[in-house]
Amino acid sequence: MGVAVRVIPCLDVDAGRVVKGVNFRELRDAGDPVEMARVYDAEGADELTFLDVTASSSERGTMMDVVRRTAEQVFIPLTVGGGIRTPDDVDAMLRAGADKVSVNTAAIARPELLHEMSRRFGSQCIVLSVDARRVPDGEKPQPSGYEVTTHGGRRSAGVDAVEWARRGQELGVGEILLNSMDADGTRAGFDIEMISQVRAVVDVPVIASGGAGEVGHFAPAVRAGADAVLAASVFHFGTLRISEVKDALRGAEVEVR
Amino acid sequence: MTRIVVLDYGSGNLRSAERALERVGADVTVTSDFDAAMEADGLVVPGVGAFATCMKGLEEVRGPRIIGRRLAGGRPVLGICVGMQVLFDRGVEFGEDTQGCGEWPGTVERIKADVLPHMGWNTVTTPPGSTLFAGLDADTRFYFVHSFGVRRWELEDSPALRPPLVTWTHHGEDVVAAVENGALAATQFHPEKSGDAGATVLQNWLRDVVG
Repeated sequence: MGVAVRVIPCLDVDAGRVVKGVNFRELRDAGDPVEMARVYDAEGADELTFLDVTASSSERGTMMDVVRRTAEQVFIPLTVGGGIRTPDDVDAMLRAGADKVSVNTAAIARPELLHEMSRRFGSQCIVLSVDARRVPDGEKPQPSGYEVTTHGGRRSAGVDAVEWARRGQELGVGEILLNSMDADGTRAGFDIEMISQVRAVVDVPVIASGGAGEVGHFAPAVRAGADAVLAASVFHFGTLRISEVKDALRGAEVEVR
Repeated sequence: MTRIVVLDYGSGNLRSAERALERVGADVTVTSDFDAAMEADGLVVPGVGAFATCMKGLEEVRGPRIIGRRLAGGRPVLGICVGMQVLFDRGVEFGEDTQGCGEWPGTVERIKADVLPHMGWNTVTTPPGSTLFAGLDADTRFYFVHSFGVRRWELEDSPALRPPLVTWTHHGEDVVAAVENGALAATQFHPEKSGDAGATVLQNWLRDVVG
């Protein structure tokens, strides 16, 4: 027996409302992140991730309120990402009740930020979120064949994705959230090669994200080295239930809770 | 209603601990006030991050003294995560050796495992007679997040004392997951983040240790 592979639903939250949710039978309001969080908790989610996709900074306070209300009702770990730029942003989210905060674009612009955050709050609560894709033809090649992107995968950051994950660990982050921008939305399965490559260079936990479409997709990601698997739309739309994913993992002899 | 103080010394997400204790029926105050911490029916010492940072924060609110005095009077204290670790003699992190509260002998040091932090839901092995884990199945999982831990239990049994009950988990190697020692109890995992299983542990502590 050992630590279980975590199944993590991700909720995209815009101005305090869940983006593209569907109505499950047990939901009164599929747009309420707090209520969605409770349903996922009841279904056996091992953690929750909120991704704040709010464009305007004037509505950031809304996310803190969502985090606060969730932490009052849901007693599993909560990670919050999206728009985290400074150590004070981290502090505000932790105080609101988040357990971990994920950092993405701001760290690409200034990597030392990861060091400052992990020193101040502890490695265990700083997650480096890496939006990566295979380097497209005609662009600057990278040693791993994968590059970091920004703007939802539309722009290259000109950085090797695998090296960036390794550097993140060196700077003190406690976890890597690895999002495949190629696989994201395809429902064709995780980018197994990318997970293996990152696993080979870091020894912090790796969360695999992007591409989940059916229950059989999760075990290969774990075999490639993921410690946790994250999905958004398949859970939002009710295509897959968390319990089904866990049953499939269990069937593939992966330890789950 | 049982009055619980969650000691606020600048460490981590205290809201979860507060709410989880309220959920199982406690009247909870989050404070760094010395008298309030002394007078509460039960004191919870949380903690996340580095051992040295937590110890420094704890000393600033006279935490070691509060803990020591409460225990001298048999008044319950529950340490959580780094709040458990600081109850031991010392912590060694990245070559820095920090003195702890010294309630138990032993050293908090880096765990030997392929993947660190030990992050996620793990099982525990509980000795017979445990109060904290009463009513929970053997395969129950709790949420851990730590890279450092107590790898050896160093307190020798004495015929004069009732030996503490030590619960273990396994991540790369055996690591202390909880200790029950009369008025002093502690968990390396986060009961406040361990869903219903964690609520049972907190409820057991409230009912059978704090009383």
